Amino acid sequence: MVFLPYSTAASVLDTNAATPKTLLSIHNVAKHFGKNIVLRNISLDIAEGEFLTILGESGSGKTTLLRIVAGFESATAGEVWMGDERLDQRPPYRRRVNTVFQHYALFPHLTVEENVGYGLRVAKRPDAEIKTRVEDALAKVKMTAYAKVKPSKISGGQQQRIALARALVNRPKLLLLDEPLSALDANLRRQMQLELKSLQREVAISFLFVTHDQEEAMVMSDRIALLRSGELEQVAAPREIYSRPATAYVAQFIGHTNLLETEVRGGIARCSSLSWPVQLADGPALFSLRPENIAVVPPATLVVSGRVRLPGRVVNQAFHGATELIRVQCAEELVLIVRTPSSVAGHAEVELEFSPADAVPVRKSAERN
Amino acid sequence: MELLVSGNRREATKGPRWLLAHAVAVFAFLYLPIAVLILYSFNGEGVGGFPPRHLTFDWYRVLFSDGPIWDSVWNSLHVAFAAMVISLAIGVPAALALDRAQFPGKALFRRLVLLPLILPGVITGLSLLMLFNAAAIKLSLLTIVLGHGTALISVATTEVFAGLQKLDRAQEEASLDLGANYWQTFWRVTMPNLKLSIIGAALLIFTLSMDEIAVSFFLIGRDNTLPLEIWGRLRRGITPEINAVSTIIFVFSLVAIVVWYRLRMRDGGTEAGMEVVEAVGGTAS
Repeated sequence: MVFLPYSTAASVLDTNAATPKTLLSIHNVAKHFGKNIVLRNISLDIAEGEFLTILGESGSGKTTLLRIVAGFESATAGEVWMGDERLDQRPPYRRRVNTVFQHYALFPHLTVEENVGYGLRVAKRPDAEIKTRVEDALAKVKMTAYAKVKPSKISGGQQQRIALARALVNRPKLLLLDEPLSALDANLRRQMQLELKSLQREVAISFLFVTHDQEEAMVMSDRIALLRSGELEQVAAPREIYSRPATAYVAQFIGHTNLLETEVRGGIARCSSLSWPVQLADGPALFSLRPENIAVVPPATLVVSGRVRLPGRVVNQAFHGATELIRVQCAEELVLIVRTPSSVAGHAEVELEFSPADAVPVRKSAERN
Repeated sequence: MELLVSGNRREATKGPRWLLAHAVAVFAFLYLPIAVLILYSFNGEGVGGFPPRHLTFDWYRVLFSDGPIWDSVWNSLHVAFAAMVISLAIGVPAALALDRAQFPGKALFRRLVLLPLILPGVITGLSLLMLFNAAAIKLSLLTIVLGHGTALISVATTEVFAGLQKLDRAQEEASLDLGANYWQTFWRVTMPNLKLSIIGAALLIFTLSMDEIAVSFFLIGRDNTLPLEIWGRLRRGITPEINAVSTIIFVFSLVAIVVWYRLRMRDGGTEAGMEVVEAVGGTAS
């Protein structure tokens, strides 16, 4: 199933079946801790069945936003709505939202089975129903064999699965995940990313996932909301956020990029020795050019029409497995990062080429701390 | 190879022989008096005389038909139990307040709560005596209960506060998240996590109250607690009957510690628990 980015969905007037319905709306939410402003004016919608990731550095306010949705923090301003229910005025136990905590927060005095059944037991479901639903949930995360064990006796990855089962067994409308994979080692984390994604498709519950890992966000999400110092920089599908970053910060945070500060005059953007035609008004402009959109070409070949060609000298090479990133000095203060297939070593003098269409204009990110 | 290993091992034990001697000396210092006390409770010749002769259960027989001693034991148990209830009833909520609530003067309160632990019993006893006099309350076991209860609140508060500090708050959030309200969360998550701290505090308070003498000395009415009964008899000349009753108390303390230790092990155990074991062990000996 493919989800349209919300901005697109909202602009489509005819409500056909493919348009996902909005599940949760965050309206102008702000959070202040004393004088410290953690979140300002956040508005974000989550569609039914969507996997939305809040991506940001530590201190960006992503966990605070999640805790406001869960009900562990109250917003200083703004509202959170689920359908026609105002969520932010309800206590955490009266929201159809469940959370997978960063360090799982399993109850150490209860067995795995009792942990998973906790929500159902508190809701006073009949014993038989609790039993079957707990069994189903444990089967779904492949932990049936550990039903009678205390959480302290199982590994981190297994605790992770139990935390997931404990949340999902209550059939929430929205699952909140607070950096759930950050405590796992790299291999297990990659495996869990895929499992989590396919589990999300299977249960068709909206996931609001918090992470600082941009790769993880790209792999798993339908959409990414990039948070910086308490403000949303961009909300878009991974491909779009990568290929069309809205701001310089987004371009730099997600993947590698070259930021080109240019002066536009008469439809030509100039940056040091570089120039190419643009359709922008005169004045300063900032462009993001991805390293893989710059090609190293044999010298003295014909310049393909419309492409920009420039010479340079390789000053640095970083091996990345299948590809490598080279730094090419093109002019006094113009160094470009270029992604090349890992093969050629040390041509000192090279010719670079790129298409002006790949230079994406981005907004300068506001100075914030 | 085998030879080499065993040779090395002998080397390892040979080296710090003086350390071993030191350890033995420390243990002797701690436990020899108790051993002597127990041994002489079976001594037919009275408290004096070495080595003990004519081993006998006579002193236990005397003890079991000694009304006043048993009255005082009974009094002490009542006092200890009541003091335990009072100090837990006040100390546990105080610990919760210290851990969770924000209120003006919290830092001061936290230090004041510790004061009775540091204050000499003489001062606590004297000040309580003056208070009861001023309030025209007749001294009795009740005044001792109030004295122990207030003096030991600090033990309950600090023990439970330590337990709360170790509790992962995310667990309580998880419980709320899963649909349990605050009250349910308290009983289903917070209390089970505090269980050991509370049992530990209760045992500690109980034993501290059982052998408390300074505060009791000021607040005693007509009925004696066991330590005061023993104290009173010492002045008239000691008999191994006192040793016998002490031996019985020692055995009971030991059993209590072992039971509690087992409980702790079954639950996975915490460091806080270990501290209490040591503290209780310390007061019992």
